[in-house]
Amino acid sequence: MIKLIPRVENSTVMVLLSPLLALTLTALSAYLIFVFVLVDIPVSSVFFTLFVEPLIDSYYFSELLVKAAPLMIIGLGLSIGFRAGIWNIGAEGQYVMGGIAGSAVGLYFYNVEALWLLPLMTIAGILGGMFYAGIAAFLRIKYQVNEILVTLMLTYVAVLFLSAMLQGPLRNPSGFNFPESRIFHDSAMLPIIWEGTRLHIGLIVAIILSFVAWFGIKKHMFGMQIKISGSAPRAAKFAGFDDNKTVWYSLLISGGLAGLAGLFEAAGPAGQLTPGLPQFYGFTAIIVAFLARLHPVGVLFSALLIALSYVGGENVQIEYNLPSSITQIFQGMLLFYFLACDILIKYKVVSFKTKN
Amino acid sequence: MNESLFINIIIGISIASVPLMFAAIGELLVERSGVLNLGVEGMMIVGALLGFVVMSHTQNPYLAVLAAMAGGMAIASIFAFLTQFLLTNQVATGLALTLFGLGFAAFAGRGYTEETIQLITAVPIPYLSDIPYLGPLLFSFNPLVYLAFFMVYLVWWFLFRTKQGLILRAIGDNHDAAHAIGHNVVRYRVMAILFGGAMAGIGGAFLSLVQVPIWGEGMTAGRGWIALGLVVFASWQPFRIIFGAILFGGITILQIHAQGLNINVSAQYLSMLPYLATIVILVSLRMRLKNKTNRTVPNCLGRIFHSTT
Amino acid sequence: MSNRSLSSVVKLSILSVVLAFTSNVYADPVKAAFVYIGPTGDHGWTFAHDQGAKYVKEMMGDDVIITTVESVEENSDSERVITSLARKNDIIFTTSFGYMNPTVKVAARYPNVKFEHATGYMRPTDNISTYSARFYEGRHVIGKIAGRMTKNNVIGYIASFPIPEVIRGINSAYLAAKSVNPDIEMKIVWVYSWYDPGKEADAANALIAQGADILMQHTDSTAPMTVAEEKGVYAFGQASNMREWGKNAQLTGIIDDWGPYYLERVQAVKDGTWTSTDVFHGVDSGMVKFAPMNKSMPKDIRNEASRAIIDLSMGKIHPFTGPINKQDGSPWLAEGETPPNYPDLLTMDFYVEGIEAKYPN
Repeated sequence: MIKLIPRVENSTVMVLLSPLLALTLTALSAYLIFVFVLVDIPVSSVFFTLFVEPLIDSYYFSELLVKAAPLMIIGLGLSIGFRAGIWNIGAEGQYVMGGIAGSAVGLYFYNVEALWLLPLMTIAGILGGMFYAGIAAFLRIKYQVNEILVTLMLTYVAVLFLSAMLQGPLRNPSGFNFPESRIFHDSAMLPIIWEGTRLHIGLIVAIILSFVAWFGIKKHMFGMQIKISGSAPRAAKFAGFDDNKTVWYSLLISGGLAGLAGLFEAAGPAGQLTPGLPQFYGFTAIIVAFLARLHPVGVLFSALLIALSYVGGENVQIEYNLPSSITQIFQGMLLFYFLACDILIKYKVVSFKTKN
Repeated sequence: MNESLFINIIIGISIASVPLMFAAIGELLVERSGVLNLGVEGMMIVGALLGFVVMSHTQNPYLAVLAAMAGGMAIASIFAFLTQFLLTNQVATGLALTLFGLGFAAFAGRGYTEETIQLITAVPIPYLSDIPYLGPLLFSFNPLVYLAFFMVYLVWWFLFRTKQGLILRAIGDNHDAAHAIGHNVVRYRVMAILFGGAMAGIGGAFLSLVQVPIWGEGMTAGRGWIALGLVVFASWQPFRIIFGAILFGGITILQIHAQGLNINVSAQYLSMLPYLATIVILVSLRMRLKNKTNRTVPNCLGRIFHSTT
Repeated sequence: MSNRSLSSVVKLSILSVVLAFTSNVYADPVKAAFVYIGPTGDHGWTFAHDQGAKYVKEMMGDDVIITTVESVEENSDSERVITSLARKNDIIFTTSFGYMNPTVKVAARYPNVKFEHATGYMRPTDNISTYSARFYEGRHVIGKIAGRMTKNNVIGYIASFPIPEVIRGINSAYLAAKSVNPDIEMKIVWVYSWYDPGKEADAANALIAQGADILMQHTDSTAPMTVAEEKGVYAFGQASNMREWGKNAQLTGIIDDWGPYYLERVQAVKDGTWTSTDVFHGVDSGMVKFAPMNKSMPKDIRNEASRAIIDLSMGKIHPFTGPINKQDGSPWLAEGETPPNYPDLLTMDFYVEGIEAKYPN
């Protein structure tokens, strides 16, 4: 028989080993699929395209970072909330609302070219996300309604709202009646930080924010409060922490960051508001947060890993004419293995004999 | 509005609601046991594929439905293993399950997009279906429609009329306490997850076996996510699943009929209604139960359980 | 010969000499790539484009290498896919409207690669072409058939999104049906999805329940056809021949035949003759074709439909020929007038007079 024994302290060895083990298992499973199911595909070059090329080719690397940036920003906010035991799983909705709010400002001042425009859009984006998550915070505090459910429900509403906005007020008046907004002017677009690529300032914002969050959690009283509220809610109460404050902060921070990411997507790679804005980033970021074990700096790396699976998977599809479903299967497996291997950090696996 | 149109609207609503009803009643049991499985969409699509594949090879509707259940269970077992034995986070694992299920079904089903099958058709119950008005309204549905209602009843009966149901609810409310008095938390939860998978599987197969005789990747088109909302809407009460499913499915159908009748509706705003209603219900539920100890939301929903003993 | 024309002859010959040396006639196989919005197995829009890609391969054999990428979302991911393809291909077909801005952006960065964007209107650089088909000509033919074949005088129309292409189809089908059957009524249901078999089937069932005995669809799945077959009403295939799903139901179908256009464009790249164009082809050039007509149709109706197809292919008729009023009664086209592509057809956002349904907002 095999049994799990909790470790007194998280194993630092395993913190490093478990992702490697997960990667190995993913690679092994992918290998089996390629060998037995897709017989005539050269496995080693597929692996190169999948795991290595996005890291060494400068264009793909830049795209990897473009894809990772929103995941970092959203994942960061979620990891703070999750630490406090506040389960905001509707970041997708807050992302969309942030995108709509920020874009609406950008479109309202469509003819204005000014330095203040982008900051104003950014603030609107953050506020849009905060407002949307704030609904869940309000309902939880006032009526003890489960925030998991409220945030999930509101996500559906947000996506429908986006569609309504693009059929209505935010539609490009000279766009042949297609449901898309106008294309933003340059002053409403995020600055590019790597010439010739789409890599925008969002990446730098994500990195700065992640260290700020790390520092905040370590040093600041609020970080302490969040940590204790999450792991020992009763103790938190005894210590005199304000429960409501934790709820408000957790949801407003995660919602605001999701909104920021939504605006960055619209004013960054997309350059306009389209029905394609929600792309599961809000949900994927939940996985990102967990892969990082809710560590704000870890989020940077797990976002890169997930982005790698997107970019690499897409390249394999292009290079070997494989169906898009292969990428999905591969991502699913990657996540399964990563989540599963994490058990080795918190628990020791011991085998023992059962008594007859 | 004439009589046959009315009956047709009812049938239309039943067809739109039943996939949601199956998936939601399964997920309801899962959530009652304290587990949140966000992978409903993934389980549904695998059910839709397997039901279709077996139907196209055997032309046997019974085998097809069984295969859909087995498919849903098989993929749910991944979730059960990861969350119950390897203690992974349920939200993340459920999302991964959705990705995996959609990918797997799309890949495995590539050879079946050209095919078509014999639909499972409605079976009017002899004699009863001849009763004027009531006959076509109550006794002329597809057998799987009756099964959906029966499953709702069965889950209610299990949860509130059997000892095992009581234990399952206790586990969902406080797994540590339930464990302390000797109940096998993990076993109950694994069973619940597998049941949820089977129900989601039939729900998906309803689309490919009853509604349209085709298979296409992504054909569940977000219904698994709606089912998740439905469980909350029903505030974890089995019979409310029926009303919720009729509301969620009904809005789609009524909106379609309204368009045909030239009644102006805004599709987007109308489609938001069920979700907003769900939030209102959550709030009113809380206001009513504020002073009672009986809380309907399973307290351990989504929390990881691990026994040290 | 005047001086001016002489100089232009000289210029031309110099130009042709220069062209002969600079234009890159490909000795290697041409690399052509296709970006699809849906899965190739949808039997609708994407399926039809994929058939076109296969046709190119079949005709050019080793002279072409084809890459296809399916299910590419219309978001910022599509720009990456298009860029990745631009790095390795000579010509790229982006086959959905939502790829317009990404295509434009990538084209600006890869001036040596040719881009072909379906259903769009932006060609800011000279390495982009746009192409689309006059599907409303197809709708004209099926509209005539529907007007004759319906017994209840009700046509059910399953529509996706209110964009000009879909609106054109509705108006064209309605006008054609009305021209042969003044009592015709058209019921329109918007499902706000290109591909949701369940919802498309719901819409088909609802329309049939409301009296429609003939269905048209502007969505991509075969679901409405299967419903029509089951309920014993008629329907028309969309984008591809859907006879497999409606042996009795399918009267004919509008087939998107992109193959010859794709072949021509890829061949042009190989020959070094590719230039930026804006193509809006119809029945005349074979971009819009028809599935075989159902034998159950009376002979005179089949003849009438064939007549319409021939007239369209010879340019003798235009589906939108005045006098036509808009739904609110305001005049659109005067007697004998036909509309220009821009803005009338390409931005169409109104129903024509006689349609009772409310225009979606």
